[in-house]
Parts: sequence; C-alpha cells; structure tokens
Amino acid sequence: MGHVNYEEGKKIVLKGLLLLAFVTVAEVFIALLGKGYVNSGFYLPRWFIYLAMVGLSLYKAYFIMGEFMHLRYEVKGLVSSILLPFLLLVWAIIALLWDGSHWGQQREDVKSPYQIERQGTILDESEIEDILDTREMLD
Amino acid sequence: MSEETTIQKTEIAEAQDAAWSGGKEPFKASYGKLMMWYFIMSDAFTFAGFLIAYGALRFSVPTWPEPDFVFQSFPGGITGWPLIFVTLMTFVLIASSATMVRAVQEGQRENKKGVVFWLLMTIVGGSLFLGCQAWEWNQLIVKENMTLSVNPFSRHVDAGTYLAGDGYSIEAGDTFEPGDYYLIHKVDGEWNPIPYQAEDGSIRVQEFGPPAFGSLFYFITGFHGFHVLTGLIILLIITIQVANGVYVKRKNGYEMVEKVGLYWHFVDLVWVFVFLVFYLL
Repeated sequence: MGHVNYEEGKKIVLKGLLLLAFVTVAEVFIALLGKGYVNSGFYLPRWFIYLAMVGLSLYKAYFIMGEFMHLRYEVKGLVSSILLPFLLLVWAIIALLWDGSHWGQQREDVKSPYQIERQGTILDESEIEDILDTREMLD
Repeated sequence: MSEETTIQKTEIAEAQDAAWSGGKEPFKASYGKLMMWYFIMSDAFTFAGFLIAYGALRFSVPTWPEPDFVFQSFPGGITGWPLIFVTLMTFVLIASSATMVRAVQEGQRENKKGVVFWLLMTIVGGSLFLGCQAWEWNQLIVKENMTLSVNPFSRHVDAGTYLAGDGYSIEAGDTFEPGDYYLIHKVDGEWNPIPYQAEDGSIRVQEFGPPAFGSLFYFITGFHGFHVLTGLIILLIITIQVANGVYVKRKNGYEMVEKVGLYWHFVDLVWVFVFLVFYLL
C-alpha cells in the first residue's frame, strides 16, 4: 500500500463501513418513502426514485472500488484498462431495455382483439362511397 | 553504408533492447494482482449480462411482480416489512468487506495474528450472509411456492372486484386497480387462484406471473451466492495458510491476502448491483 499509514487506514475502514451502511439505509428509506410505505398518501415521482437509487448505488460502487479495492491508488493505465471496457455496457443497457419494451409492445398488440381496427382509420359509409366512386372513375 | 547510419542503427537497436528486455512494470502491480483484476472484470461482465437480461425481460411484461411485495418477510413469521431483511443482509456483507480491508492492512505490517483474526471475522460475515440468503430462498420455495418455471407473484392489468377470499390478505368484495399485485397461494397442496369480476363484466381468475421472474431470481442470486461460497472456501484455505506461516517466508506483505481481498470486495460490489436491480428498482 504505502500511500496511507496504518492509523489512517484503520480510520478509512470505519468511515467506509459507516458510509456504505448509511447510503444503503438512505436508499431503502427513499424507496419506502417514495412508494408511500412510510407516510401513507405521500409519493415521490418515480423518475426521482430511480435516479436516486442508481446514483447512490454507483456511489457505493465507486467507494468500494476506490478505497476497499484500492483502485484509486493504482497507476492510471491500470485503472483505465479496467474501467474503460465498462463503457460497452452503456449501449448494452440502452439497447436491451429498449428492445425489452418493444417486446412488451408487441405482446400487447398480439393480445389485443382490437388490433385490426387499430391499424386503419374507421370509415363511415359516405367516405366508403367516395372511395368506391374514385376507383370506378380510375377504371 | 556510411558510418553515420551504422551508429544510428546501433542506437535504435539498443533502445529496442531496453524496451523489450523486460524488467519494467508500467502498471506497478504484480502479475497475480493484475490477473485477479482482469478476472474480476470478466466476471463483472457475466453479472452485467444477467442483470441486463433481467431488465429487458422486466420491460417486456406488464405483470412483472413488485419487489416490495415479494421481499417483505422477516424471520419470526413477520410479513409486511418490505426490503428490511435484505437491507440487513447487505449490511452484513458490507461489514465483511470492511473486516477484509483490516486483514489486508494487518498483512502489510506483517502481523500474522491480526491477519488471522480479521480473516476469521470476514468468514463469519460471509457465512451469515449466506445463511440469510438460505432463509430467503427457503421462504420463497417452501412458503410461497415459487419455482424455476412457476411464479405465483403477479400484478393486475385491469381493475376489478374479487369474488372470493384467499384466507390471507384478499377478501370477497375487495376491489383492485391496474398495477395492484398479488400472490397466488396453495391450499392443501393445490393452487388456489382467486376468481374476480373484471371491469368489462367478465369473470376471470388470477393468472400466474411471468416465470422469468422466478428463474432469474434463483439464477442471479444463486450465481452470486455461489461466488460467496467459493469466496468463503478460498478465505478458509488462505486463513489456514496464514496461520501456518506460509506467507511469513514470502516477505511480500501478505500479497495473497490482498488478492483474495480483491475477490471478496468484488462479491460485495456485485451485491450492490443485484440489490439495486432486484430489490430497489
């Protein structure tokens, strides 16, 4: 290690333990509060809950990798060779969640008995006559 | 060939020799540590694949179960405590990660007794976590009857009124809205889905939820639990080695403990994301 002395290291462990525990409790609290379990009738917007969860979890991951796994104190090249490949996941997440919601949409379409009506505009009788007249003229 | 170019060629050859003859450590990390990092990286991609598949399948089904409803039990027959038990599990795993850092620190000052003590604490923490997971699995398998192919947790897609009670939380005459969730119970070993009248007047019966929920839960938390188990076995072996003084002779600040520590923190790191995807979102 060599970057911090023994006493400082011990402090970092205690700080890390408390910090991670606090962040975890905060996450669960936001989840329960936002979904109306703590104070019935009170809800947080869903996007806020999701953003807070993902943000706090990424912070936990940052702390565990940086301090506990010691990555912050490694050479820059080593750090980037480990972290940069994870950028590939950004597109993997976007593409597959996108695809997933598309499968969901298709499932709905297949199940719906109104599928045929939904695909075209419903015409009334005069409109149908107009179209038929136009067809005759063309013929 | 002129004299000048000969000299240049020698210089280039010397420079190449210097660069290619080894002995330099651009990453300032030992081979073992570096390879442990790359193993962790590839393993992280495996987990990412699993979790992204979970996300894609969840997005594709409107009846995906609500985690607050699925994970609301606590030992002692308590229900209605959403996410509390898993928070406790998470805390246990974080604590075992912290004791692991202490073991590495004691190793760096070549304090054999300290390393053994903190490694044992880590093993205790890891075993507790595994025990908690066993309890949760038992709850889902034995009490709630979720299997790899049958998932009794689901959610309504339209509003309606129940025509019968299930003896648990549903009573005849209860109404529900789209998005409300339910669990189909077993009565005397037989499934007991509750009939209801939907908004359009039709009489229907509760449908099972998407089976992917159950199989993904068992696969992903099982895969993570398997990592914890192998981690515990490795920790046990290394603890015995430390106690036998194997690493005293190596005089490298117990690097082996550091490498095992990296793996153990990784198990904790993955749990952060399993916790996020399965329980929080």
